[in-house]
Amino acid sequence: MGSLPLRRLRLRRKQEMTVNLKINGKDCRAADGATLLEACKTAGVKVPTLCYLENVNDEGSCGVCVVEVKGQRTLARACITKAANGMEVSTNTPAVRAARKTNVELLLANHPADCLVCQKSDYCSLRFLAADLGIKESRYERTAKKHEQDATSPSLVRDPDKCILCRRCVAVCAEKQSVCAIGLAGRGEESVVTTFGDMGLGGVECANCGQCALVCPTGAIMEKSEVADVWKAIDDPKKTVIVQTAPAVRVAIGEDFGLEPGTAWTGKMAAALRALGFDKVFDTDFTADLTILEEGNELLSRVKNGGTLPMITSCSPGWIKFAEHFFPGVLDHLSTCKSPQQMFGALAKTYYAEKLGVDPRNIVVVSLMPCTAKKYEARRPEMNSAFQYWKKKLNLKDGDSFQDVDYVLTTREAARMVKEAGIDFAAIPGEDFDKPLGISTGAGVIFGATGGVMEAALRTVYEVVTGKTLTKLEFESVRGMEGIKSAEVDLNGLKVKVAVAHGLGNARKLLEQIRDGKSPYHFIEIMTCDGGCLGGGGQPFTTNAETRKKRAQAIYAEDKDMPMRKSHENPAVKELYAEFLEKPLGHKSHELLHTHYTPRGVHPDDVKAEKPACKKEHVCAH
Amino acid sequence: MKTTILVSHDRRAMAAGAAAAEAALRAEISKRGLDKDISVSATGSLGYEAGGACVLVMPLAVVYTPVTAADAADIIEAASKGRALERLAKPVSKSWKMPASGSHAEKLAAAQQRVILGNAGVIDPENIGEYVSAGGYGALAKALAMKPEEVIAEIKTSELRGRGGAGFPTATKWASAAQEKADIKYVVCNADEGEPGTFKDREIMEGDPHKLIEGMIIAGYAIGASKGYIYIRGEYALSISRLEKAAEAARAKGFLGEKVLGGNFAFDIEIARGAGAYICGEESALIESIEGKRGEPRRKPPYPAQKGLWQKPTVVNNVETLAAVPHIILNGGLWHKALGAEGARGTKIFSIAGDLNWKGVVEIPFGTPVSAIINEIGGGVKGGRKLKAVILGGVSGSLLTDSEIATPVDFNSLAKIEAGPGSGAVIVLDETRSVVEAVLNIARFFKHESCGRCTPCRAGTAQIVRILEKIRDGKAAEDDITKLESLARVMAQTSFCPLGQTAANILSQSLKKFAGEWEACLCAGCACGGNKK
Repeated sequence: MGSLPLRRLRLRRKQEMTVNLKINGKDCRAADGATLLEACKTAGVKVPTLCYLENVNDEGSCGVCVVEVKGQRTLARACITKAANGMEVSTNTPAVRAARKTNVELLLANHPADCLVCQKSDYCSLRFLAADLGIKESRYERTAKKHEQDATSPSLVRDPDKCILCRRCVAVCAEKQSVCAIGLAGRGEESVVTTFGDMGLGGVECANCGQCALVCPTGAIMEKSEVADVWKAIDDPKKTVIVQTAPAVRVAIGEDFGLEPGTAWTGKMAAALRALGFDKVFDTDFTADLTILEEGNELLSRVKNGGTLPMITSCSPGWIKFAEHFFPGVLDHLSTCKSPQQMFGALAKTYYAEKLGVDPRNIVVVSLMPCTAKKYEARRPEMNSAFQYWKKKLNLKDGDSFQDVDYVLTTREAARMVKEAGIDFAAIPGEDFDKPLGISTGAGVIFGATGGVMEAALRTVYEVVTGKTLTKLEFESVRGMEGIKSAEVDLNGLKVKVAVAHGLGNARKLLEQIRDGKSPYHFIEIMTCDGGCLGGGGQPFTTNAETRKKRAQAIYAEDKDMPMRKSHENPAVKELYAEFLEKPLGHKSHELLHTHYTPRGVHPDDVKAEKPACKKEHVCAH
Repeated sequence: MKTTILVSHDRRAMAAGAAAAEAALRAEISKRGLDKDISVSATGSLGYEAGGACVLVMPLAVVYTPVTAADAADIIEAASKGRALERLAKPVSKSWKMPASGSHAEKLAAAQQRVILGNAGVIDPENIGEYVSAGGYGALAKALAMKPEEVIAEIKTSELRGRGGAGFPTATKWASAAQEKADIKYVVCNADEGEPGTFKDREIMEGDPHKLIEGMIIAGYAIGASKGYIYIRGEYALSISRLEKAAEAARAKGFLGEKVLGGNFAFDIEIARGAGAYICGEESALIESIEGKRGEPRRKPPYPAQKGLWQKPTVVNNVETLAAVPHIILNGGLWHKALGAEGARGTKIFSIAGDLNWKGVVEIPFGTPVSAIINEIGGGVKGGRKLKAVILGGVSGSLLTDSEIATPVDFNSLAKIEAGPGSGAVIVLDETRSVVEAVLNIARFFKHESCGRCTPCRAGTAQIVRILEKIRDGKAAEDDITKLESLARVMAQTSFCPLGQTAANILSQSLKKFAGEWEACLCAGCACGGNKK
C-alpha cells in the first residue's frame, strides 16, 4: 500500500536533483534546497557532525561539520549551509581538519574524562568523534565552572558538567514536544541548560518524557536509576519480587546487546529477567488487555450517556502531565482509566496477593518500561489503590501507605542489570511469562506502537457493539509514523471518528481543537513520544527514525503471530472479572483501575503547589 | 542683539555638573537683571571630552569648556559686553568665527566637517521647532514627493555605506527589503552602541534626535515599512528620553502616525531598550532581543531583509547611517558622493580616546589619515610620549602600528593593511602601554560578551583569557603562542557570527606586529612583570 507514494517521492527527488556542485573536486548533484551535509551524504562523502540531529536539531552550534567553500571568507557549517550551483566544497583540507579538531578539543577541555565509568560511554558521540578525529589529548585546560546535578525529577538526572551545549535537548523539548521545560541561561562560558528559575526538572512543567536523554550526545541527561533498589529487593528473601514488562521493551532491549532491531526478543527477555532473580515474570500486556475492556466500556458509556467527548487515552504518563500543565481545562476528556502499569500494580497487590496468600506489603512490583515518565507515574500520591484496599482489612494507618508499583526500570537499566549479572542475552534460550498475569493477546502487544491502543480498542469495541466478528483485524489507517492520523469507523451505523497523535507537539494540536470546541473526534489516542512507546525516553540510545520503524514492524509481527489478538478474548482477563472485578466499570474497577487528574498550570507557583485532586465524575455505576 | 547661551546637556556634561553650571548662569543673569538680553537653553554635545560642562555662546559662536558654576560670573560678564572669555574659550567649527587664536583647538575646528552633527550643540534637541527651523523634516517632505524607488536610487547614487562597522551598501539593503512582499515591514535602528571605545551614536541621539527619526521615516517610506524600532543600549538613559520626547513631538506634528504629513503613508516608531549584552548589537541577535528572546544570532540566510523582525522583511541600520539619509535626500546623492574617498563616501563620526591630549567626538570626511586624527585632532600623544599602537574600529577591529598610521581612513586603503574603519573608534596606546595587557583586557571583554551559542567563541574566548593570564604572569608554556594562533584562526573561521569571528582580530594582529613584545613576555624579566622560569 505504501509503495505508490514512496515511488512518487523517489521520482520527485530525482527530478529535484538540480543543484550542480563540486565536492572534493568531483562533480556532484544535490536536491534543491539540500544542505551541504545532505549533498555530501548523497555524494558518499562523510562529514562528521556533533550537534546536528536529523529532524531535531540544526542549530549549528558545535562547529564540527565545517567544510571549505571556495571563495568564502570563513568555513561553512555543512549542516545549515544550502548547496548552490557552482559551489566548490572541500571536506578534507588542513584548515578543515584543524578546525574540527580544535573545536572538539575545546569541548573536551570542559568535559569530565570519566568515560570508564560513564553510563553513556558506549553511546557517546563526543567520545566517538574524538577517536575519529585522532585526538589523543586536549591541549586545553578546563575553564568552565562546575555545575551541580539536577536530581529534582523522579525520572531524569541532568548533569550540566557533561553538557556540551549542543542544544539537542532544548530543541526536542521545544520543537517536538512543545513543552519548553529547558532552555539556556547565562552567557558565554557560563551558558548552561537549565529550567525556569533553575528550579530543576522536578519543579517545572517537564513531562518527564525523557526525549532529551535520548537525543543527548553525551551523558548529560540520564534516567534516574533504580537499579540498586531493585537488586536490594531481589536479594531480600522476605520479598516476593514480581516484574511486569511493557510491550515496547521486548522489541528494543536486544539493541542494547548489539542485536539488530526488527525482532521481538520476548522469550529471551522473560528468561533473562527470571535469571536476574525476579520471582515472577509477568506482562503488562495483560493489563493492556484489561485497559481495553475498561476504556472501551467507558467510551461506549460516554457515547450512550452524553458524557464528555472526545475521550482521550490515558496510558502515557508524559502526556497526562503535559495535559495537567498546559490544558488543565480539558482534563474531563481524559479517560479515567489508569495506565496498564498502574492497573497491574494495583491488581498485583490485591487480586494476586490474595491468590498467593501473601501480605501485599511483602510484594515488590517492578516495572520494566520503555519510559522515564513511568517513574514519575508510579510515585503519584494517588497511585496507592492497593493500600486503600487493604487499609481497613489490615488495620493500616496513613503512614503505612505503599505504592502500587515500587520501582520502575527503563529498558536501558534492565539491560545494564542483565550485563551486570553476566547473562548472555544473545545466547539465552527463550522462556514464557508466568501465569496468570503473563497471559495476553496481540491487542496488548500493539500498545507499544503509535495507534496500537486505538487499534486494540477498535477490535474490541467493534465486536462488542456490532456483535459481528471482524474479518480483518488490522486498522491500517491508524498505523504508521504520520504525526496525526485519523479514521472513521462504522459501528452498526454509528460513525465513530477517531484520531491518533504521537509526540506532544502533535498532541497539542488536537488539544487546541478540543479547547476551542472544534474537535470532530469521538476518541483520541495520544502517546507522548515519537512512534509511541517504542520510541520512549527509556529505550536504548540506538533509538532513531529507522529503529523506530523496525521496532514497529516487530510489534506488528508479534501481534500477527499471537494465538489471540483481541483483548476481550483474553482468558486471564475473563477470569479476573469472574473471580474478582465482577464487571468492567464495576465498583472494584473504580477503586483499583480508575484515577483522577490534577490541574497544574505552568506558572511556577502552580507547578510547585500540590493542588487538591479534581473531583471527577466517575463512570462507574456505584 | 540678544545673546543665547547653549548648555550642552549630553550625558558626560550632565555627569560633570552641567545642571549646576546652568543654574549658576541663570542666577547670574537674574542677579544682573539681564533676563531680556541673555537667554539660556539646553543643547546636545559638541564632542568635547573635557572634564566638565560645555557651553556655546551665540551669536558669538564661542565654546567654553570645562565650565563649572564658579565660572558663571565671568561668562555672563563677558557675554554682556559681547566679548569672549579667552580663559575658557574653545573653537568648534571652521565656519564659526573664533576670537581666541592659536592652540590645537583651531586645528580641530579646521579638520571637522559637521554634517550629521551639524545641529548637535546648536539647537535644543528637545525642541522640535528648532529642528524644523534648521531645515528639519524638509527631507521627509521631499522624499514623500518622490517614488520609493527614487529614494533608494538617490541613496544608491550617494554610495552610502553602513556606519555600524561592516560597511554594507545601504541602498542594496533597502532595495532587497523593498522588493519583498509582506503585510508589514520594519525599519530597525541599531542604537545598541556597545563596541568599546565607541560613543558616536550617542552624540546624534542626544544632540539631534529628530534627524534620526526623519531618516527612519524616509527609510520606512523607501522600503514600504510602517513600523520602526529604535533598539537603544539601556545605559543610554538620556538618548532614550530624548528620543521618546522627539517621537512624541513628531507624532503631534504629524511627522509620525497614520498619515505622515497628511498623506497616505503611515509610519510610527517604538523604542526598545537593550539590557547590556554586546551581542545584541549584531543585527539578528538584536531582532531576537526585540522579540523578547535570548539575544543570540540567527543563521543567515535568510537575511533580515527577507525574514527579520517577526519573520517580516526588516532593514536594520545604524544610527549614523540613518542620520545621513535626510542630508542625502535634501542635497542629492551626488553631493554625498563628492564627499570622502573612493569607496567610502560622506563624512564619518569618530570617537577618539586613549593616550591623547584631546579626546572626544569629531565628524570628518572619509579619507583622513589615521595620523591626522591622532596628531591634528587628538593633539598628539599625551605627555609627548611615543605612539605604540592604535586600535581602530573598536576592539573587534584592527591594531595599527606607528608605521601604518599614515593610511587614510577609508575601506579600500585600510583593507590593504587588513584593517577597516569599523565603528569609528580610535583608541591610542602610548609607548608605556603593554600590548599583552591591552590584548588581555580585550580578551576578557569578549569572554564576558560571548553569547555561548557556538563552541569556538564560547570556549575559545575563555581559553584565550586563560592563556593570556599565564603569559602575563610569566607562567607560559612553550606552545602557548602556537595555541593562541590556532585558537584565533579557528575562531575567525568557524564562529557562528561576527562576534566570535572578530574577537581574536587584535590578538592575532598583535602576535604578528608586536612579536618581540610577546617573546619578551615569555622570557625572564619581561616588561609586564612576569618571570618565566
